[in-house]
Amino acid sequence: MSNLLLFPILIPLLFAIVLMFFPKNVSLQRSTAIAGAAATLIAAITLLVKVQNDGVQAITLGSWPAPFGISMVSDLLSVLLVLSASLITFFVILYSIPTIGEARERSFYYSGIMFLLVGVNGAFTTGDIFNLFVFVEVLLMSSYMLIVHGGEKPQLRESIKYLLVNIISSALFVSAVAYLYSVTGTLNMADLAVKIPQIESTGILTLIAVMFLVVFGFKASIFPLYFWLPGSYYAPPTPILALFGALLTKVGVYAIMRTYTLFFTMNTGFTHELLAIVSILTILAGCIGALAYFDVKKIIIYNIIIAVGVILFGVSQLNEAGINGSIFYLVHDMLIKAALFFLVGIVAVIFGTTNLREMGGLMKTYPFLGWVYLIAAFGLAGIPPLSGFPGKLLIVQGGFEGPHFWGSIIILATSLLVLLSAMRIFIYAFWGEPRETMPLEKTTYRRMLIPSVVLVIITIVLGVGAEMFMPLIQGAGEVLLNPSIYIDAVLKE
Amino acid sequence: MKTNDVMLQTATKVVIFIILLFAVHIFFTGHYTPGGGFVGGLLTASAIVLLMLAFDLDTVKKILPLNYVAMVAVGLLIALGTAGASIVFDVPFFTHAYDYFDLPLFGKTSLHSAALFDLGVYLVVVGVTMTIIQTIGEDE
Repeated sequence: MSNLLLFPILIPLLFAIVLMFFPKNVSLQRSTAIAGAAATLIAAITLLVKVQNDGVQAITLGSWPAPFGISMVSDLLSVLLVLSASLITFFVILYSIPTIGEARERSFYYSGIMFLLVGVNGAFTTGDIFNLFVFVEVLLMSSYMLIVHGGEKPQLRESIKYLLVNIISSALFVSAVAYLYSVTGTLNMADLAVKIPQIESTGILTLIAVMFLVVFGFKASIFPLYFWLPGSYYAPPTPILALFGALLTKVGVYAIMRTYTLFFTMNTGFTHELLAIVSILTILAGCIGALAYFDVKKIIIYNIIIAVGVILFGVSQLNEAGINGSIFYLVHDMLIKAALFFLVGIVAVIFGTTNLREMGGLMKTYPFLGWVYLIAAFGLAGIPPLSGFPGKLLIVQGGFEGPHFWGSIIILATSLLVLLSAMRIFIYAFWGEPRETMPLEKTTYRRMLIPSVVLVIITIVLGVGAEMFMPLIQGAGEVLLNPSIYIDAVLKE
Repeated sequence: MKTNDVMLQTATKVVIFIILLFAVHIFFTGHYTPGGGFVGGLLTASAIVLLMLAFDLDTVKKILPLNYVAMVAVGLLIALGTAGASIVFDVPFFTHAYDYFDLPLFGKTSLHSAALFDLGVYLVVVGVTMTIIQTIGEDE
């Protein structure tokens, strides 16, 4: 089956279309959405096994020869991200059923989620720079629809900002692709990786590399282009927020990883130095935000920005430890962010507010929720047996081996601030004097808790069994560090 | 004051068939000359919009009782099905097939599966355009 690598894109697309036929039948919507997400998950797992056994999978659509058609490429990095994205979407759908409300479910909510998964999986799999743009637009269109879905006042206000920022960055993306095309004459990523080293005027290529950093920086929310994220992500309800926080910025991070290892390696003294400085500034800006707010959602939202900085710092080092660490941390961060948003979503529902000052004493009434949150918070900060540790350790090691040892010191120091920001939620919401809580039905609570707990368990397995996952991570890192493996797989000659 | 639209309505009844025929023409000649599913779809939608201008939304709904959201979904299914048929034959996704046939009225004609994909595009364009216009038009 040469088309296997397309299944994680085609299955959610098919289900998204089918879901459009019966918007009013809520129970059928739910079961179809769950079936679609489960089928995507199975396809992603099959693909992971296939890529691990047989190496990089590549296919050029329409039976055209490689640089002329659209190539789709699935190496270990992309398949790991596709698997994480499918897994998170599956849990988001489970978490949506008790929380999102029937009015939203009746107006194409699950269709929107499925189209978002199509865009995310496609962006992770594509091997063509313009096709990447198209898939990014697919996921952005779905995110526009989801961010405004329900039409509450803050949602309307924030969706206008979100739309404006993303339309401007998409226009920049098109211009950057146009510049790249006029210099190289090709759009296929593998062909670009062959052509770019042959071009002698590296000045214009460095300019294009910085343009791509700005474009993907808008999507990934790096310093100073993160200004839209805290407000926009605050507006939609928790399941949508979890989906956005776990997937959307990571597509930008993945695009920077791919372009800065595959083709923009001609002037690393400038471009990767810039990336390292910007990522450190991103971490600092995120830490200031995470400590400044007394709002559970805002604290976790600023932690997204910190994680983006940590991952990109590993990428900027361009050595084995740094790249492997970035890949591990990327997968860990997608899972832990979804889990944390789920958990603070439950806390917010119990108190009927997101303000930390109006919370307290939850440990007496919901002890299990408290301990699960504590484990997730430790995982976020990178306490040793948990999943945040191996990735951050490798990134720090990469920094000490590379030219930016000061960056590693900042990452180590800010880990304490991350822990402090996550622990403040624990201290304020779970300790102290019990406050008045909203009545929450036992079944609703259980249906919200189960997906959250399973996600936390998966991150624990990822952390404790890090040795087991390391071959996968190293295989993914190897392709990034040796672009020739990628080029040979696509241009098979 | 109640206006009398008899000129506009009479002209519409004639013009609409010319527009629709032109839309079909544009759709089918897309492979060899400028045109295709997208422009054809927009022209069809513009014909329906002309009907809405000359008469009103409810009358048009009575003449054309279509669910435009379902039309979008059907169009997407046709496009996906055309591209996905290649999976059954185990060739790369989106591989098209074509051949020459002797049809009774047209003579020697080339039939290409890309036309089916275009039909999907056509339905999506008509459906999306009409959903936008109808939703805004009905909004109070």
